[in-house]
Amino acid sequence: MSVEVTPQLPVEGHKESALERAPVGRKRRHTPKGVERAMPLLLLLPSVIAIGVFVYGFIAWTGWVSVSNWTTFVQDMSYRGFTEYTRLLSDFRFLSGLRNVIVFTILFVGMCALVGLLLAILLDRQPWGQPIWRNLFLFPLAISFVVTGVVWQWLLNPSAGVNILLDQLGVENLPMWYVSTEIIPGWQWGQIEVAIPVALVAVVLAAGWQMSGFAMAIYLAGLQGVSEDLREAARVDGATELDIYRRVILPLLRPMTITIVIVLGHISLKTFDLIFVMTGSGTGYVTDVPAVYMYEATFRANQFARGAAISVVLLILVVALMAPAVWARNKTEEGARE
Amino acid sequence: MRKSLLALFGVLVLLMAACAEDEADDPIADLEDDDTDEAVDDDDDEVDDDAVDPEDPDTIPDDAVEIFSWWTGAGEEAGLLALIDIFEERHPEYEVVNSAVAGGAGTDAQAVLTSRMQAGDPPGTFQIHAGRALLDQWVAADAMEPLNFLYDEEGWWDVFPETLLDLTTDEEGNIYSVPVNVHRSNVMFTNVAAFEDNGLEPPETFDDFVEVADELEAAGVTPLALGDNESWTLLHTWETVLLGAVGPEMYNDLFAGDADWESPEVVESFETLDTMLGYINEDHAARNWQDAAQLVAEGDAAMNIMGDWAAGYFATDLELEPNVDFGWVATPNTGGHFITVVDTFGLPEGAPNREGTIDWLRVLGSDEGQEVFNPLKGSIAARTDVDVEVFNEYGQSTYEDFQDDVLVPSLAHNSAAPPNFTEESMTVVVEFMSRRDADAAVTALEQAANDYLR
Repeated sequence: MSVEVTPQLPVEGHKESALERAPVGRKRRHTPKGVERAMPLLLLLPSVIAIGVFVYGFIAWTGWVSVSNWTTFVQDMSYRGFTEYTRLLSDFRFLSGLRNVIVFTILFVGMCALVGLLLAILLDRQPWGQPIWRNLFLFPLAISFVVTGVVWQWLLNPSAGVNILLDQLGVENLPMWYVSTEIIPGWQWGQIEVAIPVALVAVVLAAGWQMSGFAMAIYLAGLQGVSEDLREAARVDGATELDIYRRVILPLLRPMTITIVIVLGHISLKTFDLIFVMTGSGTGYVTDVPAVYMYEATFRANQFARGAAISVVLLILVVALMAPAVWARNKTEEGARE
Repeated sequence: MRKSLLALFGVLVLLMAACAEDEADDPIADLEDDDTDEAVDDDDDEVDDDAVDPEDPDTIPDDAVEIFSWWTGAGEEAGLLALIDIFEERHPEYEVVNSAVAGGAGTDAQAVLTSRMQAGDPPGTFQIHAGRALLDQWVAADAMEPLNFLYDEEGWWDVFPETLLDLTTDEEGNIYSVPVNVHRSNVMFTNVAAFEDNGLEPPETFDDFVEVADELEAAGVTPLALGDNESWTLLHTWETVLLGAVGPEMYNDLFAGDADWESPEVVESFETLDTMLGYINEDHAARNWQDAAQLVAEGDAAMNIMGDWAAGYFATDLELEPNVDFGWVATPNTGGHFITVVDTFGLPEGAPNREGTIDWLRVLGSDEGQEVFNPLKGSIAARTDVDVEVFNEYGQSTYEDFQDDVLVPSLAHNSAAPPNFTEESMTVVVEFMSRRDADAAVTALEQAANDYLR
């Protein structure tokens, strides 16, 4: 590079420093100030336009559809108002779906984080065959939710799969898994019961099986970044192994936990494929989620306005989950920099 | 150590990229995967695949006659293939593409069709239930071509029952599709032995039903089999109860938006449904309609309310004898009334091979076509002039009823109401299943009627 830029300059050998060259190069280029300033903008423009149209443009479009009269196959974009939104607030199916997705998110993220942390701690102690185990736990991540859904639908089928095993072991009252209509009691909130539908537990198992490896990888990276000095220092101070994990390592893993909550949380809130394949909306909507409702309202019932309204609510939910988490992460990062 | 960490990150980044790609994927494509998967899961669903993907029009030759349906089950697929054979024999010049989408009694095919029609890329012809599904969606969107000329040419005006033709005709008198087969939705299938052993007769009224059900329960037989793993079966059950409670005239008025959904008769229909649901099998949520029918076939349950595709399932798949192993009556209070589920095919505007498609419709409407197709599918012909001998014992009795009974359209199968109302009523009955609140149900229906029917 340097040789090409400075052919007319007296060659001073290889020792020519960057400091000496830089001003010469700038003089030679004579880039007008305006262009230099506009350059980054110009380079960003294509993606800004694309994102503007395909993300924000369509969010706006969806928002408009949700307040329009478009409730049949024939498109009608005239303004109707917020009817669909007020309707959703008293819609049994939507409220059930909302409850389910929140319960699902808590259980799913919780399970992934716990299992992931456990696996990471075990692997961090360098057991025999560590790389094999590590990859084994990561592999489910490479599978799509659709495949996971089908496989677990077979595994947890109440009249086949693991129930045959349980039956041979002499278990009575075999679990109904994802077709159970039971709801672990909670409290009544308007039309729906705020509680844990048993059927969802089966779905959480499947989803957790797939995504725990992700949490493990993140935690493992975090654990390997904890310097041995810190552990050593803690040991010198008389901390037991348990104390080291509780007081030293877990607090240091907080950024990892936030990452996991953000990544898995938004996947979980938008979940569609796993539910659609594995259970559908279920009897009494015990496994329904807003994304499935949105799809069916839009493409099966042609209630485009309602589908759009559900999408908007989902968007708000995801933003509501993301914003504090992102904010918390920025704060820890700033803290780390100081 | 450091190296392995790096490798781990490498794998992770790759995986994340894969996940991201996955998410960006168009949801319909995911659905399609799911359809094939479900087909594998369901033993009598087989996807007929010749590298043609009904969802990806690029794989379909431009001049092909593409037939879009959800006929992938055993009998119905055999029927469709037999029809295609006749067509290919008569018209060797055309290439036929069989685009069948499996799953959800046609609801998944419906979603695929919607996205294709919206993209301005219609199949040559598609299966659609006669009634509001056709008129309020595709005809209202000017997506269909009237077929009056074809009815004139083939002399079809007189061979189909008038009520049936009305279901596919708009207000201006244009007719939009050709009916191929008729199913009856208000049938109660019975296990003959379960009734005989207990000295009982199949019930004709709701009062009979309760009486019989009590005795059966005492005898240790589940009175009513239900499989509501897919919610449409619940809506299906309720529509037969509704017809029994209000009668055909008010039934039609309700769906025309001329009657009050909050009237006592409709409330009564929900109360009756509530009573009937007191007699069902415990594992109803785990079963689909075949599984529920199987309970009756095996004598674990005595009665099952299902459309008469269940007769095909009994006779063809389970090889049971009509009137020996399984019996049938109209659902309580609906004797002399016939809820029709009619499969029809139409001609979309801009169909890729218009001439070929019209020739296909000619085969569908012909007596030869209907005589070949219907016995295989386990339905009866929509034409009133076919040879009754081609049907089995069940089919013959239904064909007779079809000619004498009062015909009304089915709600659960998208004939009586537009899709938005149908979906709404599905939500209502599913909600009723868990809350058992008849007043809330009728209020919601009245609201939906205001939105979508009036």
